[in-house]
Amino acid sequence: MKYKSVFDIIGPIMIGPSSSHTAGAARIGRVARHLFGRKPEYAKISFYGSFAKTYRGHGTDVAIVGGILDYDTFDTRIVDALTIAKQEGIKISMTAEDAVTDHPNTARVIIGDENDKIEVVGISIGGGKIEITELNGFSLRLSGNHPALLIVHNDKYGAIAGVANILAKHEINIGHMEVSRKEKGKEALMVIEIDQNADEIIIDELSSLPIVQQVVKIHD
Amino acid sequence: MFRNVAELIELAESKKCKISSIMIEQEMDVTGRTREEVIAFMDRNLKVMEEAVQRGITEDVKSHSGLTGGDGKLLQTYIKTGRSLSGELMLDAVSKAMATNEVNAAMGTICATPTAGSAGVVPGTLFALKEKLNPTREQMIEYLFAAGAFGFVVANNASISGAAGGCQAEVGSATGMAAAAIVELAGGTPAQSAEAMAIALKNMLGLVCDPVAGLVEVPCVKRNAMGASNAIVAADMALAGIVSRIPCDEVIDAMYKIGQTMPSALRETALGGLAATPTGRELEAKIFGIPLNEK
Repeated sequence: MKYKSVFDIIGPIMIGPSSSHTAGAARIGRVARHLFGRKPEYAKISFYGSFAKTYRGHGTDVAIVGGILDYDTFDTRIVDALTIAKQEGIKISMTAEDAVTDHPNTARVIIGDENDKIEVVGISIGGGKIEITELNGFSLRLSGNHPALLIVHNDKYGAIAGVANILAKHEINIGHMEVSRKEKGKEALMVIEIDQNADEIIIDELSSLPIVQQVVKIHD
Repeated sequence: MFRNVAELIELAESKKCKISSIMIEQEMDVTGRTREEVIAFMDRNLKVMEEAVQRGITEDVKSHSGLTGGDGKLLQTYIKTGRSLSGELMLDAVSKAMATNEVNAAMGTICATPTAGSAGVVPGTLFALKEKLNPTREQMIEYLFAAGAFGFVVANNASISGAAGGCQAEVGSATGMAAAAIVELAGGTPAQSAEAMAIALKNMLGLVCDPVAGLVEVPCVKRNAMGASNAIVAADMALAGIVSRIPCDEVIDAMYKIGQTMPSALRETALGGLAATPTGRELEAKIFGIPLNEK
């Protein structure tokens, strides 16, 4: 079941004109912003499929940049996002790719500054709902059906137990979990779908684990 | 949790309650929210819909491209002349559906139902019926839950994305959802809601997504208009006791399969259909300032 809430169907409240190409794009941009954790200095955005063919007409460009500026789907500033980004000194580049992707509404977002950068691939599956399929080269299957925690950590024993203990202490149930790494002993990524939204206290506790580099939560 | 329309109807019949009640209970179950919270959340969506309709029928809304805006208002003026052929209720729904989508095209604030491109059908029919049936605020909220229940089934078993399934998945789904909700609001049975949805959606099958210049304007605004009228007619048919020879779940499945076999040019890429007509291409060139020969 890809959609689990009636508010995926009746909702979201959003700035027009397209739930998949505007609201969904804003959400992909916003997840990238949350994953990066601060305002980036640059954003490189690639559109594929229907996104590539129609992004200007649907305001996909302003919406995804609005998301990168941390605007929600109903934030009226989305309309002026390109201008605002420019004023804030964020360099934006956009390309329409010919490559065929699994989903017709796919966007790849690279945002960063002089210290760091992240790369996110998101798909917009309809009605404003999105899925994140790739993060920094890690393949994900983040359904977007549940609140989720993305935890970048060292690939070392005890990491999973440490995280699980904190969630257990706060009585947070894990619905789905996967761990992936690009190379043994290096950076690894935990994707944890949970049944309730996690409070800031939990995020702070998880972040304070020595083995954890970064925690990002994705709301329902 | 209901997975298809048959299960939804069975649940409503066995519990002797409305479809909207089943949807509200499931939402409480899945999210852990209280009834009050779930109702309040939908009330907020209803408020956004109401504001979009009001704006569209009273203000001179114009999209950035200049392709759409003002037709919902124009129709309101026409209704007041008393010369309308299809009747006041019907045209009021059509006008309010268009108004919503004109606000959407102008990058105004709307509530996706189930998508932005198809956001006019459900509120358009609701606010037209409001004049005739005088529902309470609670009943108007229930209307949205009933529509949502059917949309939920479509989204999980087929698609509500024009890029994935064509316009039949967007305006088609919205039309079916509205038809089913109208039946409930008018006092019909859950089974009649399913018949209305089936009848409405059957008549949207094969509808392609071919927006001119890739904008959610032409033909989207007028497809919402026709979706609203289709929904009211389908609801009346079901309330009269007419049944669909093909069950609702099979119609939804047919929609999904049609969407899968639809060529990409007709799924929100602005490469085929109306987008590829000479006038469509001309408008596109004008809007984006690109000479036609470079397209």
